This record gives sequence, structure tokens and C-alpha cells, in this order.
Amino acid sequence: MGTIIELFSYDFFVNAFLASLLAAISCGIVGTYIVSRRIVFISGGITHASFGGIGMGYYLGISPLLGAGIFSVLSGMGIQLFSSKAKVREDSSIAIWWSLGMAIGIIFVYLTPGYAPNLMSYLFGSILTVSSTELWLMLALSVIIVLFFTLFYRTILYIAFDEDYARTSDLPVDLFNYLLMVLISLTIVLNIRVVGIILILSLLTIPQATANTLTREFSRMMVYSVVFAFLASFVGLLISYFADIPSGATIIFTQVVLFGLVKLILLLRPSTK
Amino acid sequence: MKKLIELINLSAGYDKNIVLENVSFKVFSGDFIGIIGPNGGGKTTLIKTILGLIKPTSGEMNLYISKTNIGYLPQVNQIDKRFPISVIDVVRSGKANSALFSSFHKNTEEKEKAEALLAEMGILHIRNKPIGELSGGQMQRTFLCRALMNQPELLILDEPSTYVDNNFEGELYLKLKELNEQMAILLISHDVGTISFFVKTIACVNRYVHHHPSNIISEEQLASYNCPLQIITHGNIPHTVLKQHNEHNHHGHNH
Repeated sequence: MGTIIELFSYDFFVNAFLASLLAAISCGIVGTYIVSRRIVFISGGITHASFGGIGMGYYLGISPLLGAGIFSVLSGMGIQLFSSKAKVREDSSIAIWWSLGMAIGIIFVYLTPGYAPNLMSYLFGSILTVSSTELWLMLALSVIIVLFFTLFYRTILYIAFDEDYARTSDLPVDLFNYLLMVLISLTIVLNIRVVGIILILSLLTIPQATANTLTREFSRMMVYSVVFAFLASFVGLLISYFADIPSGATIIFTQVVLFGLVKLILLLRPSTK
Repeated sequence: MKKLIELINLSAGYDKNIVLENVSFKVFSGDFIGIIGPNGGGKTTLIKTILGLIKPTSGEMNLYISKTNIGYLPQVNQIDKRFPISVIDVVRSGKANSALFSSFHKNTEEKEKAEALLAEMGILHIRNKPIGELSGGQMQRTFLCRALMNQPELLILDEPSTYVDNNFEGELYLKLKELNEQMAILLISHDVGTISFFVKTIACVNRYVHHHPSNIISEEQLASYNCPLQIITHGNIPHTVLKQHNEHNHHGHNH
């Protein structure tokens, strides 16, 4: 225990701790929306499309994260636009953006002269090297998400549950769909550094699956997801530190173990029904 | 009688596929219209057009009531039953037009209204259950409560008797008859025999809409409306034996 407290005297560890907390808040809440609304695949598309922005960022010499941000928001909008106009099947549209982004990313990383620093950290995450600028951005995003979901809780819930009915009630369905798509995109991009493009989808789905075994109420599912995401991220962070194995992968592995544990406890517990 | 809705020479469909053609159709207060027709004939398209969910490709539609004064009960299979939402929240979503800034003020009144409706339907005890745990009948009652939350002037129901037992079906129709004293009702059903006992008039929808001015209709009339449906009679649900009324009348079509 003493060693863990000692760890907090290191700046990099405090940063990593804060990053796992902020990632849990944004991913826990936004992920609940994603899972409930069954748009996990869309989120996967946005995630991978953002790699195009990372490659572009390297090539143009701007921040890869900024590039990823632009790409993910545009692809999120693109998917929403494509599918609402109904000319392209939604899953095909997602696959197009998904692979287009990856392809652009690979081409530009290849074209960039010399070495692309931190490329691996974008793909697989590197929570121990998160910068304080990135932390401030993550904090701002978490605050926006908490405020947005608290202020517009019922509107978000009703639109997510039954879009048609929300339309007949004159709720601003399209506006909210786009706003939430932007929040999903930003959540993905700003958490890429925590677990990486390859693994970010699991932060948006596994804690929610764990939460869903305990509750089937949207608001509680958001809170539980944040708690589970944080718990597993922190434990994963410690394990990766002491065992000296990659942090992103360990965090996701811990998420899955936690899910399994909760499931197991529920199975072994005498039925209350 | 107040005119609530009027469709004039309206056509609607998806892309180039025309589902409804040249439809003229009126709904007045006090109406109880059974909408029947074959699968794919355009029943759901008709009500989705009325609800503003589908834009007509031509013709016009006039609403003489506010869109939010229409209560709507969708087909059960259009609902995601695994969505994490409780019964009471589903019902409260019926007053969603007040939801936008709902976090800023207390909504005890809205909550009480929802609970009163649930009590009226006899399902107050399940108000905190997730919808995924409901039986077919409880599900329909929940969605009926939602449709009634806004005190609608028009209630639209899309196949409310699917996935429910006969007991509830009879109960539901009696409830609708009672509600009809306060609001107009459009009821989509595949079950001509049963609904004709409760509705006042029948609209046959099969690309065209024929509004038959009574609740008694024969298979021959259905056929002449280009709406070939078999009239089936059931066990313990009240129904009219329609064929006997063949000689009784022969209404002209309301084209």
C-alpha cells in the first residue's frame, strides 16, 4: 500500500491517475448512450476514421490529436448525414469511413519523412505519457459532458429510446443527434491517448456491459459505468506499472476481468426472485 | 364536429416506391376509425404521414390540431425492449415537449399524472420495472399510458393487439371505446372481425384509401375496395358476424 501512495509523488503517475479518472467520466457517460442506442459500430467507424487525421497531422506537421479531432467529427457527421439521407446502408457507410480513415492514415504516415514519434502510443495508448494540455482538454470535455447529460437528461433519454415518438413530440431530434455525435467523436479522440485507437471502443462498451448486469435504468447505468471504468482503469494502471506491461492493454484486460467477476458474483448469489 | 385532420390528394412513399396514392381522408373529433388492409398496403405509412414522420411526395395535409396533441402507440416490434428505461419514464416521455429544459424545474405534476394513468390501467405496481421485463399486455398498457400523457385530441394505435392475450385484447378495446368519448381514435388492425365491433367506421388502405362510412363491411365490399381481406371470427372476443349484413346496405365509396 505504501508503494502505491509513494507513486503519487511522481507527476507522471498523478497525470496517469487523473487521465484514468477523466477517461472514466467521459467514456462511462457517452458509452452508456452508445450502448443503449446500439451505435457501437458507428463509434468504431469514427474511432478508426480518426487515424486518418493522425497521419495527416504527422504529414502536415500539426498536432496529430488535432487532426484526429477534425477527422472524427467529420466522419461522425458524415455517417449521420449518409444514413439519415438513407441513400447508403448505414453499416456500409460506416465501413467506408472506417477503412477510408485507416487508409489515409497509413498513406500519410508512410509519406511523412523520417520517424513518426508516438505513433504506437496513438494506436495502443500510453496513459503514463499523457501531457497536462491533454489533461486540461479531457477535463473540459468531462465537464461539458456531465453538464450536457444532466441538463438535457430527459431529452437525450427520450430521443435515444424512441426517435419517432420524440419527433412527434416536437423535440429537436436532429440537433441532438448531431450534438451527441460530436460529443462521441471528441470523447473518442481525447481518450485515444489513454488506451489507443485499437482499444478505445472497449472503454465505451465493457464498463457499460458490467453496469447493465446490475441495472436497467439509464441514469444509474451512466453512474455505474463511470465507477467501473475508473475502478478497472486504475487497477489496470497499477498492474501495468508493477508488471511492466503495456498500460492500454492491461486496462482493457482488467475491464473484462471485472465484467467476468460481476457476472460470476451475480450467478453465484442465491436468486432473489 | 371539429375537423382534426384533412389529407387532400396526398401521395407518399419511400424513394421511388409509391405506397399511398391520391389519398383524400378526413378525421373529425369523435371519430373511431378502424384502418384495415393487407400487409404492405400502406396502413403504417398513412399514420406516419399524419404524424409527420414521412413527408408526402405530393398533395397536402392540413392539421387543425397541434402535432403534440396526437397520441401515438407504435407497433411493439419497433420498440427496443432491451433499452435501459423504466415504465414510469416511458410514460413520462409522452409529455416530452416539456422535456427540453426539464432538469431546471421540478416535475411532480407530470410524475403524478403518469402515475395516475398507470393506476388507471392497473399497472402502477410495475412503474419502476425496466420495460424489458414486461409481458405483452403490460407493454401495450405502458405505451397506451404514454400516448395519453398529453391529453391528446387524436389517438393513433398501430396494431395494439399483437403479442397480447385475448383477455387484454377485449379489455383494451373496451378502454378505447371509453376513451373515444374524449378523443378521436385511429386504430390499425389486421383483425377486421374483432375491431368492427368497436369502431364507428372503417378505412380500407391498399395503396388507395376507401373510407367506408360504417363499421359493417362484407368481404365483397372489401374486394370492391381493392382490399381483399378474409374476415375471421374468434372465440371469446365479441365480434360481429359480418356476412349476415350483406343485404343490409351497400354504401358508396368515399373516394
